[in-house]
Amino acid sequence: MKRIAAAAAAALMCASMAAALPEPAPNQAVIDGRDLPAKLSAFGIFRPGTSEPIDALLPYTLRTPLFSDYADKQRLIWVPPGEKARVAEDGHIDFPLGSMIVKNFAWPDHNGGRPVETRLLLHRASGWTALPYIWDADGKDATLALAGRRVPVSFKSPGGDAHSIRYAVPNKNQCKECHSKRGAIVPIGPKASNIDFAAALSRPEFARFFAEAPATAMPMPRWDDPATGSIAERARAYLDVNCAHCHNPEGSASNSGLFLRWSDPVGVNYGIRKRPTAAGRGSGGMEFAIRPGDPDQSFLIYRLESLEAGIAMPEVGRSTVHKEGAALLRQWIAEMPKAGH
Amino acid sequence: MQVHWVSFIAALAVAASPAAAKTISVAAGAPDANEKLQEALILAEPGDVVELGAGTWTLTDGLSLDVDNVTLRGAGTKDGEGTILDFSGQQGAGEGLLVTSDDVYLTNFAVLNTKGDGIKSKGADRIVYHQLRVEWTAGPKQTNGAYGIYPVESSDVLIDSVYVRGASDAGIYVGQSRNIVVRDSIAMENVAGIEIENCYDADVHDNIATKNTGGILVFDLPSLPQQGGHNVRVFDNVVSDNSTPNFAPKGNIVASVPTGTGVLVMANSRVEVFGNLLADNGTANVMIVGYRYPYEDEKYQPLPKDIAVWGNQHGNAGFAPAFPGGAEIASAMGGHIPPVLWDGAGSAIVNDEVAVLSLNLPDVGTPQSEAKPSPADLKGETSEPLAGVTLPATMEARVQ
Repeated sequence: MKRIAAAAAAALMCASMAAALPEPAPNQAVIDGRDLPAKLSAFGIFRPGTSEPIDALLPYTLRTPLFSDYADKQRLIWVPPGEKARVAEDGHIDFPLGSMIVKNFAWPDHNGGRPVETRLLLHRASGWTALPYIWDADGKDATLALAGRRVPVSFKSPGGDAHSIRYAVPNKNQCKECHSKRGAIVPIGPKASNIDFAAALSRPEFARFFAEAPATAMPMPRWDDPATGSIAERARAYLDVNCAHCHNPEGSASNSGLFLRWSDPVGVNYGIRKRPTAAGRGSGGMEFAIRPGDPDQSFLIYRLESLEAGIAMPEVGRSTVHKEGAALLRQWIAEMPKAGH
Repeated sequence: MQVHWVSFIAALAVAASPAAAKTISVAAGAPDANEKLQEALILAEPGDVVELGAGTWTLTDGLSLDVDNVTLRGAGTKDGEGTILDFSGQQGAGEGLLVTSDDVYLTNFAVLNTKGDGIKSKGADRIVYHQLRVEWTAGPKQTNGAYGIYPVESSDVLIDSVYVRGASDAGIYVGQSRNIVVRDSIAMENVAGIEIENCYDADVHDNIATKNTGGILVFDLPSLPQQGGHNVRVFDNVVSDNSTPNFAPKGNIVASVPTGTGVLVMANSRVEVFGNLLADNGTANVMIVGYRYPYEDEKYQPLPKDIAVWGNQHGNAGFAPAFPGGAEIASAMGGHIPPVLWDGAGSAIVNDEVAVLSLNLPDVGTPQSEAKPSPADLKGETSEPLAGVTLPATMEARVQ
């Protein structure tokens, strides 16, 4: 109760005052407001002058995360005092107004591991609002980049390959391209089948934020952990997380007729012997998105392994090839029986 | 370059705009032009005009607009004087410009050399494309983007007075939409000049489709959210000399379009082709065919049904039929085949005063190699003509 009282008190004060308190909380008035603050510090998410989040936010991870150029992503949730998030019947998490989801993008060997970008999803009265912030050179604060920007980033991927990329910070509209359901912005990552609070369950914030721990009858495996699922199951988890936010009947790629949700049947609309619709040169001269038994003749693989605009999938958020992810999908397709053609 | 916020003269505002509608002017040539323009497109409010300055814009990423009732207006489409959005150095995004909001009006600018599609609008009702140029300036190349102008999943679409060249799929492509008008436009040196796919209620008229692989296509494909295309009128167009060798990447449906196709109707019901000038199309001026590929979709209807062709003027055609076995048929018939070609599937009435060749393949499962070509008389009484498409008056007012 003490913590709730402190958080509530902090929420009523301005960010600088709150930062001075022993139990700082994010600035609820800024989260709830209509402004698009130019500086990230206005939200009071991080300890002043640093990129270290305050303790009031609850960290979470995902069993299978979206690939973002090998970035290490730190994810945090904030639920306003007196409110709770609830797991809906279909497994998505209903966040009350005033909630906030924070995602930091960093590479351990770039810029001392400090984040390059922080993305916010704010649940405002007008709906969810997505805002991208790019960290300033001195690492003390980040600046709103509504129109997105390309930022040079150098790092080594887990396989040891060195990458020097122009990492694309998405613009506000591109945020929506992925976070869109029937034309409105929604969170993607936090759903019961994929969210993992292992590191946070014991924290007092957990009980304050959630009515009950998100549970699911159909948990997704970890895409890279064979102990959690078969090749096919892990491939399907990977497709859900990396593709299905657009490739679903209410998403940005609804017109493609290619639907890749964890719950979708693995048939023609899942890409199996599905001819290209509007793929253009994304077809790579191949007949099918997935040709069972033949990953080299499956243009889903071709698009995943391309970096060229107009071919590469996903269309935004990727400037490197996820070799390990592509290898999993290759194996899945290679192991499919060829019969039934 | 600075973004100027100029208050807009209320009298000029369109009826639906709030009084505070303003013009946001953005200038070309700045190193951060991409970001400034994108910022203007994000900060625009309903009723606003985003004015693109004259000059060449060197853009490295796709642009997007998600605000209702915004006008995006340039200074013209001509090199040297207009607003040229040059995407030759594009690094990301699936298209040059993406519109996802309603009541948007795009006019007077050019989009060049995008890596993917030129301008795409999705779920963007009442969009108006007017006096635009979308072009891949090196001409037909397999590495060009797929679609030039690409509205999809939208109701009420107007494409008026645009010029599209070089698309490796379709220059003007309207997909899974309803209530569509494509008029007074030029499509040249694309694989498909104009393509209406899985659409309901479309009028394609007074266009010029020339030097494409196929001039005007009306398609319906399986396994898509909207199918059962119907009520499409193709009239008063000039469809001539569609002679560019097919340069679509294999696998795409248009890669199967024979070079020298004028108007091609595949599947669909109630399509009218009338009053067009059709000439110098080496395969056929008009082709009516079923969808002859394997498919797994119980709801799909692969036959062309109730297709009506009348009152067209036919010039030279059928002199270089580019479908498998076409050359043999032509030589057996004295060097060329008739200007109207039907594969024998579904139902069609052809009242033009020209011969019709049927391949006599009523079942779409029969391979084309089993064709038994013979002249066919498809004259008959057509259904009551379609009423045609009427767009909301606010859309027509944009282009008056």
